[in-house]
Amino acid sequence: MPDAANFTIDPLIEPRPESASGDRTMVLNMGPQHPSTHGVLRLVLEIDGETVLRLVPDIGFLHTGIEKTCEAKFYQQVVPLTDRIDYLSPMSNNLCYCLAVEKLLELEIPPRAQYLRVLLNELTRIQSHLVWLGTHAMDIGALTVFLYTFREREEILKIFEHVSGQRMMGSYFRIGGLALEPPLDLFDRVRKLLDMMPERIDEYQNLLTGNPIWVNRLKGVGYLSAADAVAFGVTGPPLRASGVDWDLRRDMPYSGYEKFQFKVPVSQDGDVWARYQLRMEEMRESVKICRQALEGMPSGPIKADAPKIVLPDREKMKTEMESLIHHFKIVTEGFAVPAGQVYQAIESPRGEMGYFVVSDGTSKPYRVHMRNPTFASLQALETMCAGRLLADVVAVIGSIDIVLGEIDR
Amino acid sequence: MESAQDKDSVLAAHAENRAVAALMARHPQAIAGAGFAHRELTLWIARQAIREVCRTLRSAGYNFLADVTCVDRYPVEPRLQVTYHLLSHSLKERLRLCVLLDTRDPAVDSITPVWPAANFYEREVWDLFGVRFDGHPNPRRIMLPEEWEGHPLRKDYPVEGYR
Repeated sequence: MPDAANFTIDPLIEPRPESASGDRTMVLNMGPQHPSTHGVLRLVLEIDGETVLRLVPDIGFLHTGIEKTCEAKFYQQVVPLTDRIDYLSPMSNNLCYCLAVEKLLELEIPPRAQYLRVLLNELTRIQSHLVWLGTHAMDIGALTVFLYTFREREEILKIFEHVSGQRMMGSYFRIGGLALEPPLDLFDRVRKLLDMMPERIDEYQNLLTGNPIWVNRLKGVGYLSAADAVAFGVTGPPLRASGVDWDLRRDMPYSGYEKFQFKVPVSQDGDVWARYQLRMEEMRESVKICRQALEGMPSGPIKADAPKIVLPDREKMKTEMESLIHHFKIVTEGFAVPAGQVYQAIESPRGEMGYFVVSDGTSKPYRVHMRNPTFASLQALETMCAGRLLADVVAVIGSIDIVLGEIDR
Repeated sequence: MESAQDKDSVLAAHAENRAVAALMARHPQAIAGAGFAHRELTLWIARQAIREVCRTLRSAGYNFLADVTCVDRYPVEPRLQVTYHLLSHSLKERLRLCVLLDTRDPAVDSITPVWPAANFYEREVWDLFGVRFDGHPNPRRIMLPEEWEGHPLRKDYPVEGYR
């Protein structure tokens, strides 16, 4: 073990100037139990009056060592763990991990499974943005919106429950496809939701966009330039709100996204208002993608043709010797994945989510690393807040849509 | 983990690649190895050259640092593989850089002067793998408490922790 002698333990911020003079700055602790830090984010701020001079995030309160846990599980057993990283977009995590392992295995995924994955991912995006909108508005004082957004979110969670049996931690994705054929009335339910959604998004915008308090709290706040956004590794809606036209779904398509037509909203303003407008537009685009997925939904299998990796059908398992053997082998021993390393990234609701999976040829991953969008975005927080008022920090945190589960892992 | 591929043949096959071209022109001796698998290009970089290589690659169009992490290849020496994932918005291409470090002196230059985004990632690698990043502006643990002993993502650290 290298000794830690070079690394001194110090308080995060010392107030300036050091001596007790009259114009000494104040160090303020915010969190980890602050309601607007969306979980357990601790910020240490140096303030001069109400102006923020410095801001240091202190994270790790939710660290559970998921990456270490993954190394002790079979490949398929990692999927439920990925649900719990970003608990607001479990399906995106599932997809990203499965795509990474499928890349190692060089598996071909049938089109129906791809379309269903896209459909569920876009519903996840809408659902995640609804939580963001509700909590963001609540942080700023618009309590009503929360009740409206959670009404629609509940509908989406009911669809997830219908599909996977769970509202949130569905673990519905399998390496090589999906767990089950979705229930017969799923598409009707999704269609009903999609018919209602544009109208509901208008409703949220009616509540907020014209509201002078909302406008004043958001416009011009938390400015982030395009160069800073790229330098700090910011991805997703905050990056696009700073004027960088980059969306992995369009620019480096995965899981069949190249077959879908959608716009990528971009704004040049780089402030909290731009991020708000952009996410609202993104929800409308997601509705369109879901519609296309329903219209073009191919028929066919939902699992890849790989009997040594994908669990056989229950009926076949009970009647055919071969399937029974495969089932027994997969459940007890897992399946070996050829040695190698891959990095697979997808556009999660918060930005670039990447899984780096290293295999040593056995049935357990040698290393799984998650690149999470808000972990990087958090580094830009000081740039966005320095020189602004203390109350704006709350608006800026809301606008980068942090989820501490994925930051701390 | 990755089967060793012939460096020269991989580099020759990807001579058109912007990253390979830029590095062959500026730092040909910095490339210690190369691999191409699953449509992903990996370059092994000599440890003292990583900051300059990153600077060159950034000006060659790889403008975005997506990720920095590490793999512990225990008991193989050099065991720590610091892994960088770069992305180019204009070329729509990814590139992986790897630097190998041994147990006696696991230290590498920090790339925070090139990409400020590396700050949190390098702290995480220090915290969980015990790799020191020379020139890092804030070399503290990030996930675990400051007084924690050991680096849990190393393979010789038991899953259930030391008892």
